Amino acid sequence: MSSLYEEIQAAPSSDIPVRRVTVNVNGEDRTADVEPRLLLAHLLRQAFKLTGTHTGCDTTNCGACTILFDGRPIKSCTMLAVQADGHKVQTVEGLASASELHPLQEGFKQEHALQCGFCTPGMMMAAKALLEENLNPTEDEVRWALSGNLCRCTGYQNIVKAVLWAAEKMRAELN
Amino acid sequence: MYPSRFKYESPKTLEEAIKLLDAGKGEAKVLAGGQSLVPMLKLRFAFPDQIVDINNIPGLDYIRFDADGSLHIGALVRHEHLEKSVEISKRQPTIAAAAPLVADPIVRTRGTFVGSVCHADPQGDWAATMIALNGHLVVQGPKGKRNIAMKDFVLGPYATTLNYNEIAIEAVIPAPKGVARGGYLKLERRVGDFATASVAVALDMNGDTVLGAGFALAGVGGKTIDANDAASALVGQKLTEATIAKAAALVAAKAEPRTDHRGSAEYKRHIVETFVKRILTANSTQKVA
Repeated sequence: MSSLYEEIQAAPSSDIPVRRVTVNVNGEDRTADVEPRLLLAHLLRQAFKLTGTHTGCDTTNCGACTILFDGRPIKSCTMLAVQADGHKVQTVEGLASASELHPLQEGFKQEHALQCGFCTPGMMMAAKALLEENLNPTEDEVRWALSGNLCRCTGYQNIVKAVLWAAEKMRAELN
Repeated sequence: MYPSRFKYESPKTLEEAIKLLDAGKGEAKVLAGGQSLVPMLKLRFAFPDQIVDINNIPGLDYIRFDADGSLHIGALVRHEHLEKSVEISKRQPTIAAAAPLVADPIVRTRGTFVGSVCHADPQGDWAATMIALNGHLVVQGPKGKRNIAMKDFVLGPYATTLNYNEIAIEAVIPAPKGVARGGYLKLERRVGDFATASVAVALDMNGDTVLGAGFALAGVGGKTIDANDAASALVGQKLTEATIAKAAALVAAKAEPRTDHRGSAEYKRHIVETFVKRILTANSTQKVA
């Protein structure tokens, strides 16, 4: 566990005890000793080596670090790792199964919805939250649901198409 | 970016949380939704010794209309709970209109109504709705509970009359005498940006007649602007082109906009006047039950 602090170059201070947290990440319990100030995004990336969750702006604007926390989308750079103790987290790594891509990932491929790819994990997790509530969204509803996620390549058009593509596929799979 | 070091506790009761705040002597901070506090910690605008996370205290996430018609919002009600509440959409149109305009959809899953009011950002949407609706906060400290009227709550940017050892546990919106009407409009360059101008309007109607009206502005001054005086143009009257224009002019006169990259002061004042007119006009044409 000390390796976490070697990487982020901020050894825990002696007068503030580290806390052991166990987080269910993509269905698997993961444990780490963390300092209270460690952010959830950094816990995922540095302690659990799940680097699919990106940190972009670090100021709660860009949404690249979006994950699902107990099923709802949150910006993981804006939650403390200690707050996730005992909770369920889903990251982009949990989307695909061993044999096939998630319809959202397939949709992003089909509709050329990524350019540099930096915003993609956050876009997908925000879209997943939308589709879990509404499998038949309008284009407008997709745009609103993704309005907390920024794409600096400005590839929004195809991202919206990809989400609509995935929704259609997921509806077809239900029937 | 890493926050500076702090101790963290996640008490299970309000009493424990208040004890921790009291012991912190002003260097302890409440963490609810964290959507303003955590960014401020990272930017090191805030560097408390102690964080008191209230998310594990049960029973604070209620939206409740009492039998007398007053609305009670617990400290852990997230923005999205208000956005999705059927009761709110039926009975409290000012809050229903503001909820989908707060920050962005992802921030709304975590951020809380009461936390946003306590953060006292001059741009804050909820502080403006609370002033227009003549709301108050119920706060609890070592000596028990007290009420703070919203008009006495905000001192300036990020400064309130909440004591360091108190927690705001509930926001209360008084019952209308007639039917609650109103709305909220915000101009922003993109979702999540600070508002160019925001207008909250609360109406208390008996048929076509205005029994009471409240107005507040965000984004056009150093703090949330109370423009409730403009009610004088409407109370006891109907919403006509003339009374609407008079009220809108009175509200716009209260704005204290500054010219910046979001627009000139003159433009922002014009937006305020236009928004007041739009909200009032929309309510004047509604069929009142």
